[in-house]
Amino acid sequence: MWSRANLFGALAFVAVAAAAPALPAWLVSLATIAFANALVVLGLVILWRAGLVPFGQALFYATGAYAVALLSRYAGWRDVFLLVAVGAAAAGVVAFLVGFLLARYRDIFFAMLSLAMSMILYGILVKTETLGSTDGFHVESGTFLGYEPHGRALNLALFWLVLGLSAVSAFLITLYFRTVAGALAMPARDNEIRLEFLGISVTRLIHLKLVISGILAGLGGALAALAVAHVDPNMAYWTTSGGFVFVTILAGVGSVAAAFVGSLVFELVRSIAIDLLPGFWQLILGSALLLTILFLPEGLGSLFYRLRRAPEKGS
Amino acid sequence: MLTTFAILTDGLVYAAYLFLVAVGLSLIFGVMKILNVTHGSFYAFGAYGAATAVGIYVERGWPDASGFLFMVLMAMAIGLVLGFVLERGVLRLVYGKDEVVIVLVTYAAFLILEDVIVLIWGPRSYGAYQPMVAAGSIEIGDLILSNYDIGLVAIAALVAVLSYWALKHTRYGRLLTVVIFDRETAAAFGINVTVVYTVTFIIGAMLGALGGAVMAPKISVTLGIGVEVIVLAFAVVAIGGMGSIEGALIGALIVGICRAAAVHLVPQLELFVIYAVMALVLIFRPYGLFTQAAPRKI
Amino acid sequence: MTAILSVHDLEKTFGSIVAARDITLEVPAQQTVGIIGANGAGKTTFINMITGHLRPTKGTIRLEDLDITGLPSREITRLGISRSFQVAQIFPSLTVFENMCAAAAAAGSNGAFARVLAPLKSPATIREADASIELFRIAAYRHALASTLPQGIRKLLDIAMAVVGSPRVLLLDEPTSGISVEEKFGVMDVVMSALKSRKLTVLFVEHDMEIVARFADRVLAFYDGTVIADGAPAAALADRRVQTLISGTKPDGEGHSHA
Repeated sequence: MWSRANLFGALAFVAVAAAAPALPAWLVSLATIAFANALVVLGLVILWRAGLVPFGQALFYATGAYAVALLSRYAGWRDVFLLVAVGAAAAGVVAFLVGFLLARYRDIFFAMLSLAMSMILYGILVKTETLGSTDGFHVESGTFLGYEPHGRALNLALFWLVLGLSAVSAFLITLYFRTVAGALAMPARDNEIRLEFLGISVTRLIHLKLVISGILAGLGGALAALAVAHVDPNMAYWTTSGGFVFVTILAGVGSVAAAFVGSLVFELVRSIAIDLLPGFWQLILGSALLLTILFLPEGLGSLFYRLRRAPEKGS
Repeated sequence: MLTTFAILTDGLVYAAYLFLVAVGLSLIFGVMKILNVTHGSFYAFGAYGAATAVGIYVERGWPDASGFLFMVLMAMAIGLVLGFVLERGVLRLVYGKDEVVIVLVTYAAFLILEDVIVLIWGPRSYGAYQPMVAAGSIEIGDLILSNYDIGLVAIAALVAVLSYWALKHTRYGRLLTVVIFDRETAAAFGINVTVVYTVTFIIGAMLGALGGAVMAPKISVTLGIGVEVIVLAFAVVAIGGMGSIEGALIGALIVGICRAAAVHLVPQLELFVIYAVMALVLIFRPYGLFTQAAPRKI
Repeated sequence: MTAILSVHDLEKTFGSIVAARDITLEVPAQQTVGIIGANGAGKTTFINMITGHLRPTKGTIRLEDLDITGLPSREITRLGISRSFQVAQIFPSLTVFENMCAAAAAAGSNGAFARVLAPLKSPATIREADASIELFRIAAYRHALASTLPQGIRKLLDIAMAVVGSPRVLLLDEPTSGISVEEKFGVMDVVMSALKSRKLTVLFVEHDMEIVARFADRVLAFYDGTVIADGAPAAALADRRVQTLISGTKPDGEGHSHA
């Protein structure tokens, strides 16, 4: 059950957690957002492997975020574990409902319908006063099982929360990739007929993957809401979905680790680029994407595997 | 009664806008099977180019009519150059790859071009309202209609008729129709699909830029107009079906009227309505209202 | 004793085209039936109806006592009817071993969707997969990517995947198509001995009359959507109509015949 890659990953998570207090606050905050986003990317990887590229993961991301924000604001809930669990669950329910429709589509139509769904949410959020309309609203800082940290302590507490949940998710998804559903992603895309004749419903398989990716995206959104302490409709906008797709391209879908490392690197580079070369970030990102698609279609993560002697398959 | 009339006129004007913005995208989608995100850049470049053109003609004191023509021509020239550069330079490298990959490539190009706009025109907003003001307005009962808006509807109608006629009655148009229907068969018949692709993309770019140009006088030309427009154009094309001029027209009308109705009756639904219609159409007719589902080739 | 597979008055029309009509027959358990006929005669339509890919416009299909007419393919597979394909339907991105594991895992799930979350390479699945690989003598290709396999091995893999779920009835759609003449008999030998050892009822579509004569207990000859001959190979292949319309041999059986 514990492969070398799993062990290495677990150690990495522990090392990062231990190092956090020694790192500057801005870096810890950045890493917090990066890992929250990495969860969304992980969900995308699951679908991408099955040949599906959704352009509307922001639907689940925003659902998770707004669930946390609304419960915090109108029901007075403060405990982060509760909020995050409900946020992820809410997104999962949305994914389950939307999946009845979405799972019947493939290729570009899947992408477009997914986009339409997320834009419907966007439209609702923007125009509804109680949901904060265009400005969104502030999210009160959370409590951790009664403990209410502030300042640096809060900064670290949030980071460890995200890190912990990321580690758990990473582990679970690694297991998932060894199940029938996870391992047959590529075959499902290559040969639906054969799977059907083997007795497996590809539509239901995709529905399952949508729900898993929805839960992950909702978890990411819920964590982001707490970390940034703010939600706004832009979290449901198509450019947000696009952002997640970009990181997935850059990182590649070869491994679970790629989602986290890729996300972290992405946020770091973005921070630096916006600092040093304001006004060029989109140009840089667009160029990086173009180059990756043209020359490294398996993402930058694949570079790492080419350097190692015997790469684990889909660790 | 007044409300119904207002809904119809608003709807028609908005439909004209949507059609002009979407027709180029529909054409490219139909012929090349590419969901071209860069279309938003064509629109934006067209709008910015128009703003610059308006600045020039106003400064030189040209008459409004020729000024307007200048604005339109400038935008289409930009569209031509941009389309050519993109198709020959970028798209050519990814033909044959998975269609979703191509969409992502166009998205990457769009991002690059967004920053290029800032490099050329800076982060400030531009106004190009002169043509709109110059056109004046007319009164119909209690309603004041801008002549420019009426002109917009006329231009949209003209473009619709011209494109439709060109597709059905010119030799080149019929070539395009064949390629839309089945690229492989078209190539087997000796049609030079590579050239068709380049020309189609350029025409699509020019139409996109035209859309941006004629809308410039109505909006504030600023960063981000491309972003909003793309997803609207997608919605119209998804509804109407790819490669179908009639589809883009009907799609634009449906969305336009629905949106106008929402604005006047239930404002909260304004944004929701467009995407809800898109979702509904995709559910019942995933290929759009006016395309036949392509038979699956085994 | 009921036949394992029986069809009654089966018909399939597509608009004005009658692809199959008036098909009534029973197949006793463990019989091996060869199905012959020219292209377009209705053989694949017949198979597609039995395996749930097509819904008959008239008639019934029964698996022993169970009416399976119109059930979806997934159901029918679970009930115990499997098929192989004219063009081998395998997973090109996986190895032979992984293809077999996929088939074994799917078969083991027995319809419960929740079972898709079971590990792909569980000990039971691996045992099943290995057993099938041995049975069909493709062990040499165990770790080869399915996309790199020669045609004969592809077909064997395709059939092995259909068999791993322990079906009771197996339909083979042109098992030797695309395989060179020298290798056909070899492949069929492996297939038939494997299937006999599993006590399966087999229906196979074949264009090569010698293979049909060698391996079938019974021959069904299709022409124009219906069965024109049904009997032991010697009799059916000697049937006048079969010879005129299908195999094209001279009445005294000279020459290698092929439909």
